[in-house]
Amino acid sequence: MNKPLRRIAIFCGLLVLALLLRDNYIQYVQADSLRTDTNNRRVAIERYATPRGNIIVNGDPITGYAETKKNGINDFVYKRTYKDGAMWAPVTGYASQAFGATQLEKLDDGILTGNDDQLFFRNTLDMLTGKAKQGGNVVTTLNAAAQKAAYKGLLSRGKGAVAAINPQTGAILALASTPSYDPSAFAGNTNDDAKAWNKLQKKNDPDDPMLNRALRETYPPGSTFKVVTAAAALENGLYTTADQHTSTPLPYILKGTRTELKNEGNIPCRNVSMRDALKVSCNTVFGKIGADLGKDKMQEEAEKFGFNSEQLTPVRSNASVFPKKMDDAQTALSSIGQFETAATPLQMAMVASAVANQGTLMKPYMVDKLQAPNLDVISQTEPEKLSEPLSESNAQILQSMMETVVKEGTGTKALIPGVTVGGKTGTAQHGVANSEKPYAWFISYAKLPDGSSPVAVAVVVEDGSASRDDISGGGLAAPIARDVMKAVIDSKK
Amino acid sequence: MSSSTNTPTHHTSTIGSIGAPSRRNTELALLVFAVVIPVFAYANVGLAIDDKVPTGLLSYGLGLGLLAGVAHLAVRKFAPYADPLLLPLATLLNGLGLVIIWRLDQSKLLQSIHQAGNAAPRQLMYTALAIALFVAVLFFLKDHRVLQRYTYISMVGALVLLLLPLVPGLGADLTYGAKIWISVAGFSIQPGEFAKIVLAVFFAGYLMVKRDALALASRRFMGLYLPRGRDLGPIIVVWAISILILVFETDLGTSLLFFGMFVIMLYVATERTSWIVFGLLMSGAGAVGVASFEPHVQTRVQAWLDPMHEYMLSRAGVQDGIIHSEQAMQALWAFGSGGTLGTGLGQGHSELIRFAANSDFILATFGEELGLAGVMAILMLYGLITERGIRTALAARDPFGKLLAVGLSGAFALQVFVVAGGVMGLIPLTGMTMPFLASGGSSVIANWALIAILIRISDTARRPAPAPAPSPDAEMTQVVRP
Repeated sequence: MNKPLRRIAIFCGLLVLALLLRDNYIQYVQADSLRTDTNNRRVAIERYATPRGNIIVNGDPITGYAETKKNGINDFVYKRTYKDGAMWAPVTGYASQAFGATQLEKLDDGILTGNDDQLFFRNTLDMLTGKAKQGGNVVTTLNAAAQKAAYKGLLSRGKGAVAAINPQTGAILALASTPSYDPSAFAGNTNDDAKAWNKLQKKNDPDDPMLNRALRETYPPGSTFKVVTAAAALENGLYTTADQHTSTPLPYILKGTRTELKNEGNIPCRNVSMRDALKVSCNTVFGKIGADLGKDKMQEEAEKFGFNSEQLTPVRSNASVFPKKMDDAQTALSSIGQFETAATPLQMAMVASAVANQGTLMKPYMVDKLQAPNLDVISQTEPEKLSEPLSESNAQILQSMMETVVKEGTGTKALIPGVTVGGKTGTAQHGVANSEKPYAWFISYAKLPDGSSPVAVAVVVEDGSASRDDISGGGLAAPIARDVMKAVIDSKK
Repeated sequence: MSSSTNTPTHHTSTIGSIGAPSRRNTELALLVFAVVIPVFAYANVGLAIDDKVPTGLLSYGLGLGLLAGVAHLAVRKFAPYADPLLLPLATLLNGLGLVIIWRLDQSKLLQSIHQAGNAAPRQLMYTALAIALFVAVLFFLKDHRVLQRYTYISMVGALVLLLLPLVPGLGADLTYGAKIWISVAGFSIQPGEFAKIVLAVFFAGYLMVKRDALALASRRFMGLYLPRGRDLGPIIVVWAISILILVFETDLGTSLLFFGMFVIMLYVATERTSWIVFGLLMSGAGAVGVASFEPHVQTRVQAWLDPMHEYMLSRAGVQDGIIHSEQAMQALWAFGSGGTLGTGLGQGHSELIRFAANSDFILATFGEELGLAGVMAILMLYGLITERGIRTALAARDPFGKLLAVGLSGAFALQVFVVAGGVMGLIPLTGMTMPFLASGGSSVIANWALIAILIRISDTARRPAPAPAPSPDAEMTQVVRP
């Protein structure tokens, strides 16, 4: 009987071996993916086990933490709190015990909780010296005054969004979205938190307050897109100056169709220069420029400005759209920001910033640096060039055109005494047969006497309350842009 | 005697030659470690959870030490030549199990859902009962061959034990589907744990008598000697009973365990590989067949193939007549979060497994808090118990002892494989307990009885043969024995 006994011994050994192999697989090979799986509650437990580090604006924290009331079985010790939570929500996102984390709270979770690998050495040292673990800080590039101006301006207008950038570096200065939400309301793990959360969901609130309109909503950009079209005309040599007459008939019939491309009202657009066309916002002139250049050249220029790609700031921004498959008529419509063209507010701020920065587009970013708990800098974001949509001379031509818009055209409400402001209004139609209330747009930049530009801004207002005729970028959006630019300039002084 | 039957004796070195050491002092030294390690682990848990050495440390340490001491003295007295590893290994596992059960008792979450709270004191009491039974077995069972007399009584006993959970009013549906519990006077008992031992006695007695007949071959087919048709009877009966267990008690683990044990013993008794092939074919066919219509088995398989999906269904509260459980995924997360070295005792979150965290799923807590290193050590301990058991079978001089030892060891190994494999997601999950570690009276009592029987067989096997009577043939005998 001993021969089969030995075989059974080997068989039992193999059973144990199979278990050992499986154990190595789940505890070594798969360990990291299991440990960091967001459904694994330990991730959240760890996140709230220590006082969370702060998100910082202009040296002051806009976040905090509070000890969760101990009810015995709650395994989360601390919860997140926010100062002016609704105003900053498009920047911070939220960190909720019950509902997870988003945006900066999620992307820099490792730093904020103190669990990031970059803090490993320090944590080990702390463990040896018996110090409690702490979270690090995320220092943002935002400007509190500009953010406040943006948020206040939007609140008075209902729904909308603002994005402001420093054109020279790409640093994001303001990122506001209304209606907003206070992430403190559902930061915990109680029934009240769940109620607050449910109330904010799109199915219960058609205004969708949790949508980050500045980064995640794409709107038809309307006439503000004409800046891109003008840039394409200059870059491709279709016209070489701002004041050269264009050959534009009025009425202009869309190529290949019998449809007339109309202007808003009875404005002088026949054969006018690009400067005059931008000033009064002629659809015919820029529609024809788009059709003359063709979809490929238009697309190339739009993509240089950042269209058709996501931006990681590091919070992800949706890709703005410049359509790829179009006929000539559709190209003309797309070139005035209609048809399927759609842009995030951040994208249009990038357009203004590239013009202001002498044609160079900087990569937008909102995290200046990451700090260890003892304020040592762990990593610093260096400004980075994204592309060069315009030559310096063409950028200056386009600047002079945009400055005319503010001085004499549709954008006069953006004027700031003692500062040169260039801008472009937009009123974008949307909905089936353009039946819904249009979006009011304004993009602009401010230029200091030394020629440097500290801020470029894009504002969009979805004004549901105003009457259709009243909506124009110049009336609704430009004053907000002006306040934001002024706040940035004032804070520099 | 032909030379072929003599061959095995060349290798069975554990057959004690005259004057072999009893190894009782080795056992005692190992036992000291087996008691001290859990005591340190206990202190470790207390320090991690409350920042202080637990108040019960002394009584726990003394309690475990006393139990181990009593068991050791009993072995020293009644089975002095027994295998020295079995008792320390079982003590260590039992002690570590107690520590982890106590650790899970401290979880507020588990307390709030009545899955823990005072399980550790109860487990300590069951351990005391188990040691009492261990001593009783060693005391009353002077020779394991006595059990051979009860072959057919054992068969009846095993069947009764297996069918008890199906008796109306007695069966308790505690484990969400698997009906393997009965409740008597407020106690929940898992008769299957005891049936394991009783069945091994029956199989050993039966196969010892019938093995010659069962080994007869009818013809050769693809290199295998096929058994005669009429000899297929017993295996078909056992198979049918296993299938019935699977269908009516919906427990794949118990079913697999008993059938596997029978096939192992049949193979050892007859030395015919064809029985293994038949066994594998029949269990495969049975499992697939039952799974095709039994929804409970199907969910278990689903949860095994895609635990994440099952977790999502459970979280979403999907009501489709099947109980969806997030446990399989929770167990995997516990293991994964432990990583190579674990979080340290008392610092994990395995309470998230909730139901049966301290019984069927206790290995997950070891995985999280002691890591890959700890679980591998635990698995090696189980492996050692099994291999010592099979070594005992090799050393045993009588066929009944060999069969009984290999049956018990094989069943032990299969149970560890089925439970640990289920918790780690290697095979579908079944409702069985980790021997010695898991909280539960039936399991710990039955497994100590199993160790007692193995110790009895190994004592008989290693016991020095009576001094040979002075014989004029002595010289010649030595020539025969190389």
